[in-house]
Amino acid sequence: MGESSINFAKASSAALQDQQLRGNFRRAMDGLMSKRAVQFADTAEWNGVRALGASVRLRALSKLPELLEKLEANCTRNGIQVHWAATTDEANAIVLSIMQRVNAKLVVKGKSMVSEEMHLNAFLEKRGIECLESDLGEYIVQLDEAMPSHIIMPAIHMNTKQIAHLFKQKIKEAEYTEDVAQLTDLARRVLRKKFATADVGVSGVNMAVAETGTLCLVENEGNGRMSTTVPPVHIAVMGLEKVVEKLEDVPPVISLLTRSATAQPITTYVNMISSPRKEGEKDGPDEIHLVILDNGRSGIYADEELRNTLRCIRCGACMNHCPVYTKVGGHAYQAPYPGPIGSILMPQVEGLEKRGELPHACTMCNACVEICPVKIPIVEIMGRLRSEAVHPGDAVRGAGSHASKAEAMVWKGWSMTYASPLAYQFATALLAKLGNAAPTSLPLLKEWTNVRTKPRFANRTLHALAREKGIPDV
Amino acid sequence: MSESRNAILGKLRAGRDAHPLTPPESDFAVLRNKRWDGAERLERIKRMMEAVHTEFLETTEADWPADVQAFLTAQGTRNLLFGPATEVGARLSSAWTDGGPELIPYADRVETFKERLFDGIDAGITTTLGAIADTGSLIVWPTPEEPRLMSLVPHMHLALLRADALYDTFWQAMTENRWADGMPTNALLISGPSKTADIEQTLAYGVHGPKRLVVVIVR
Ligand code: SF4
Repeated sequence: MGESSINFAKASSAALQDQQLRGNFRRAMDGLMSKRAVQFADTAEWNGVRALGASVRLRALSKLPELLEKLEANCTRNGIQVHWAATTDEANAIVLSIMQRVNAKLVVKGKSMVSEEMHLNAFLEKRGIECLESDLGEYIVQLDEAMPSHIIMPAIHMNTKQIAHLFKQKIKEAEYTEDVAQLTDLARRVLRKKFATADVGVSGVNMAVAETGTLCLVENEGNGRMSTTVPPVHIAVMGLEKVVEKLEDVPPVISLLTRSATAQPITTYVNMISSPRKEGEKDGPDEIHLVILDNGRSGIYADEELRNTLRCIRCGACMNHCPVYTKVGGHAYQAPYPGPIGSILMPQVEGLEKRGELPHACTMCNACVEICPVKIPIVEIMGRLRSEAVHPGDAVRGAGSHASKAEAMVWKGWSMTYASPLAYQFATALLAKLGNAAPTSLPLLKEWTNVRTKPRFANRTLHALAREKGIPDV
Repeated sequence: MSESRNAILGKLRAGRDAHPLTPPESDFAVLRNKRWDGAERLERIKRMMEAVHTEFLETTEADWPADVQAFLTAQGTRNLLFGPATEVGARLSSAWTDGGPELIPYADRVETFKERLFDGIDAGITTTLGAIADTGSLIVWPTPEEPRLMSLVPHMHLALLRADALYDTFWQAMTENRWADGMPTNALLISGPSKTADIEQTLAYGVHGPKRLVVVIVR
């Protein structure tokens, strides 16, 4: 068995023991699921907009290289400077060089999952640049020196009491309160000062429009608008799959995104940015940089089936509906993207050696596929990655790294037994006689029986019973 | 870093050409068919926006400056940021009477009054390009005369909405007005005051942007 440097099984067992955490997640996920269902109560509308959303994403993928070139050309024409990064190291270096040129000391960040993927905060802080998260959830997680546990609601694993204690402990002017309005107001006061004085604003991108060279951001708090409007320099980071062809492709995707993510018909702000401050304009950044990140995505794109991973609009609905995620929470995945999408994306981005365990964090129940607003066949991809992990090949980095002789032998034996009626009869008859006597501590059996009771074998096989009733073997 | 650019694009091209992808047609009928009658549109906009704590002030073309002043005075608002070079700004300053909240013009680059903007301004007033019935959203395109931060930094945002500038969907607004032919520096949809649910899913208003959004409906 290949070494897995990240242990989901262990982390999830620990998470399952944490009753506080389970309660926090259960409450939040139940609320999200029922509210989302209300948003999509009109089945015909859901089917229509979902098909449209999926077609928009597929059309974008079908022309991905051309659309990225068009995006670059239109952004450049609008005055947005475009940079390309093959790896997260390269993306970090690009961001750093911009910051050094403008002598940046303080950066405010809007929520960006790609910047989590880049570990940008840690990277900049090591180089003496203060990097402040301004989305309230991200701010909480940053104060707690933790990782986001959900891609939409980063601090979903904490309850009000825990956040109240954290604020009291970490923010100088804080008085202890469990009043959410007061806690929010405190964050408002602290961060306002930072927005006003920050040298650079960093944001993600929900969608980039090739046709017009426009960056679209959705948010509720106004921190995204602050980060992209107040500081003199704005740096936007995006995964290369985030492009759409036309401006009219934006409304259906936003509608699917906000309803799936937080059950809102729309977020408070839809922020569409097409250029830095122009001659005569009184505010807005003087420079905008767009960093387009690959980080393994072009490899994913090369495979016809795995490519579907890149349709994702990062709504997080698959997490909210996943029987595994909702029990163990986001931290057990130890990845910027947890839940079903994380379980298929992380192994492809970081390789199966490191992340080969994640496609197994799945019961194959298909709940995620049913609610995915852009119809990603998540479970099929999960199965494909399980298979890639044990078969050497070049579609995914680390393919074959989890190959095990014992497992291969079991499967071989299983398929031989099922291919031969004689072997099958023999095997089932043997199990009917001896199955109940086999100790639960047998090496392979133990994997199953240490968390489940061993099934009882009937002492006559189904075939034998059928024969008795006069039904012949075929 | 054009080396990476070419490598990335080359890889994408090779990947796609080896396995081309035929996407299904994009059928926008689901958006095209979303329609509401004239009166229904405004009702729906109000209902949806009120559900997220937006306030409404009904007024007329003749009376709106006086009504805005009366409203702000009643709220105890100390001052109002406005764009002096717009038609609306001219109306406002000529109709404003003594004793009301102080009118503060956004006349210079933000750098000249950033501190005051972030610390001393209670309200800001902007125009809108209309509103959207489907989602209950205002369409706001900031301009040099009506800059971006006016609708973001002051604690209260007043937005003038002409009662006849209503659309069914975001898609209808952008396609009918051919936005794709020329996008402004910044185009916004605003659907309520700033809010968050990041603390245990409890909704709180006024996190980083305005705490209050007041839509002034002008008939
Ligand atoms: S995989 Fe689908 S459901 Fe999951 S985050 Fe992406 S778009 Fe949403």
